[in-house]
Amino acid sequence: MSETAEPPITFYRLQGCPYCERVTRLLNEYDLSYRSRFVEPMHSERNVVKRVAGVRTVPVVVDENTGVTMAESANIVDYLESTYGEGDRPDAAAASAGGDD
Amino acid sequence: MPDFEVVELGPADHPEPGETAPDFTRPLVTDEFWEDRTLSELVDERDGRTILVFTPMTGSFLAKYVWDELAERDWDERADRVVGVTASTPYGVKRFLADNDSHFTFFSDPGNEVAASYGIDHDLDGMTGISEPRVAFFALDADCTVEGAWIATDWPEFPDYDDLEDELGLV
Repeated sequence: MSETAEPPITFYRLQGCPYCERVTRLLNEYDLSYRSRFVEPMHSERNVVKRVAGVRTVPVVVDENTGVTMAESANIVDYLESTYGEGDRPDAAAASAGGDD
Repeated sequence: MPDFEVVELGPADHPEPGETAPDFTRPLVTDEFWEDRTLSELVDERDGRTILVFTPMTGSFLAKYVWDELAERDWDERADRVVGVTASTPYGVKRFLADNDSHFTFFSDPGNEVAASYGIDHDLDGMTGISEPRVAFFALDADCTVEGAWIATDWPEFPDYDDLEDELGLV
């Protein structure tokens, strides 16, 4: 019945956390649909993250497109680039040189 | 007679039974996290009657009295049908839920625009720039049509909860 499908990517994040913002930038760069779930600064108050990813750190990304759950921003960035990126930056830039995005 | 004067808020220009409740998107705060949710989608998911409960900011005795009474009346066992709206930040709401071991969920609306769209906003004297909801209850059907409502006209004012459950169809 729901008119809007659930976004396939759930992003557990902390307000203002630069590691999380790094992931935010990439999600937006690749125009990926995601929902943000904000947790609190204290690790002890992050049971939901522990339950989902086995760790209490954020960012964590759960991608239902691929069944992947991933922590650590560097790992997430690598994952997003290899899954949704268009190859390395110079090639991607060349490929889109004539485009408008 | 009590030795004080109750502030009269007067009647509110709120959605009446039969009218559609204004839709909105705000962070919905649970005891674990918050995420943007849209009222109409939430109601649709629940496939039935949802009770919207507006209260002043968490931390005020007004909010505490209301939510304690609702817990006392086991509204939290119907928590998937009950959702709060208040002007507290998500952090403030989450602290309130933890302090009260509460399993209710709340839309956090520090700008109080949701209450304004329901005609039940109240500017606080002596707290310049802060507006919060009156105590108010709306029962919505699956299409977000208002089926029953109770809105405070004094400040403070609390409902007769037996009558309220009757009005909201909870009996």
